Amino acid sequence: MGKIREGNFVTTTLESLIGWARKYSIFQYPFVTACCGMEYMATAASHFDIDRFGAGLTRFTPRQADVLFVVGTISHKLAPVLKKVYEQMTEPKWVVAFGTCTITGGIYDNYAAVQGIDAIIPVDIYIPGCPPRPETVLDALMKLQEKIQKEKQKWALRK
Amino acid sequence: MGLEEIEREFSLERIETADGIPTYYCEKEGLLPLMEKLKSDFEILLDITAVDYFGKREKRFEVVYLLLSLSQKIRLRIKVRLGEGEKVSTLSFLWKNANWLEREVYDMFGIEFEGHPDLRRILLYPEFKGHPLRKDYPLKKSQPRIKLLRSERE
Ligand code: SF4
Repeated sequence: MGKIREGNFVTTTLESLIGWARKYSIFQYPFVTACCGMEYMATAASHFDIDRFGAGLTRFTPRQADVLFVVGTISHKLAPVLKKVYEQMTEPKWVVAFGTCTITGGIYDNYAAVQGIDAIIPVDIYIPGCPPRPETVLDALMKLQEKIQKEKQKWALRK
Repeated sequence: MGLEEIEREFSLERIETADGIPTYYCEKEGLLPLMEKLKSDFEILLDITAVDYFGKREKRFEVVYLLLSLSQKIRLRIKVRLGEGEKVSTLSFLWKNANWLEREVYDMFGIEFEGHPDLRRILLYPEFKGHPLRKDYPLKKSQPRIKLLRSERE
C-alpha cells in the first residue's frame, strides 16, 4: 500500500491508511441464533483463532461494533430485532451472512424463516455452508478485509 | 389401577401402534374425568400435540396426549378427535406444563382449550394471521412484521 523511502518514512494515501487501520481492528457483533453458532465458536476459539485477523474482540453492544455477524436462522419473529441491531451500529459498518440459512433461508422454506437476511438488511459477505467450515469463515474474513481496504471514502471538499 | 380397569370404566377404544405404547381413543367429553383418574399414576405429561387430517377425515383434528408413569414405568397415549371449531377441556390445572403445551397447539392448529387461563400464541407473534400447521395454510406463505427490501420468493 505504501512505499518506503530513504530516511525512514513511508508515503501512502490517507484512504488506504484508513482502510488498513479499519481492516485489522474489526470489532464484531455476533448475532447468533442457531446451529451455525457452534461453528462460529470453533472459528473464534484458539484452534482457528480469528484474533490473528484482528477480529478477535467481540462486542455485545451494536454501538461498539463494526461488523455484524448474522449466524443462524432468522425467523420473521426476530426480523425487527435484527433490523434494530443493524440500525444501532455506527458507520462504517459491514454485515456478514454466515451459513445457508442467513443467505436463503436454507432448508426452512416455510412460514417461519426469513428467506435470506438481505431482505431485511444489506449484506457485504456471504458465507455458504450448513454450517460453513471454519476455513470458509476465515476465507470470508480475509475477503471482507480486502473489501474494507479497497473502500473509497466518502468525504470530499464541498464548495 | 391397571390399564384394563380404566379401559373398561371409561369404555375406551384401544388401537395398535407400531411403537407398542398403549394408545386409546377417548371422547372429548370423557377426557377430563379420565385424565383426573390417570393423574394419580401418571405423574408426567410428556407432550400435547395435534394432527390435522384435513380432507381425509370427517373430524379433521386429533389431539394427542402423551403420559409417563414413573412409578409403574409405562407410557400412555390418549387421542381425542375434534372437528373444526370444537373445543376440548384444558388440563392445565392437573399438569402445570399443559398450560404452555396447549398454547402451542392453539398457536399451530387453532384448537381451543376450554377453561385455559391464558390462551394466546406462544411461539408466533401476536399479529400473525391463521395457524401454520393446518394443512390448508399455504406451505410457503410468510407474514413479515417489517417492510422487506425485496420480495422473499419470486
Ligand atoms: S445453515 Fe445449517 S447449520 Fe447454519 S443455522 Fe442453518 S441449518 Fe443450522
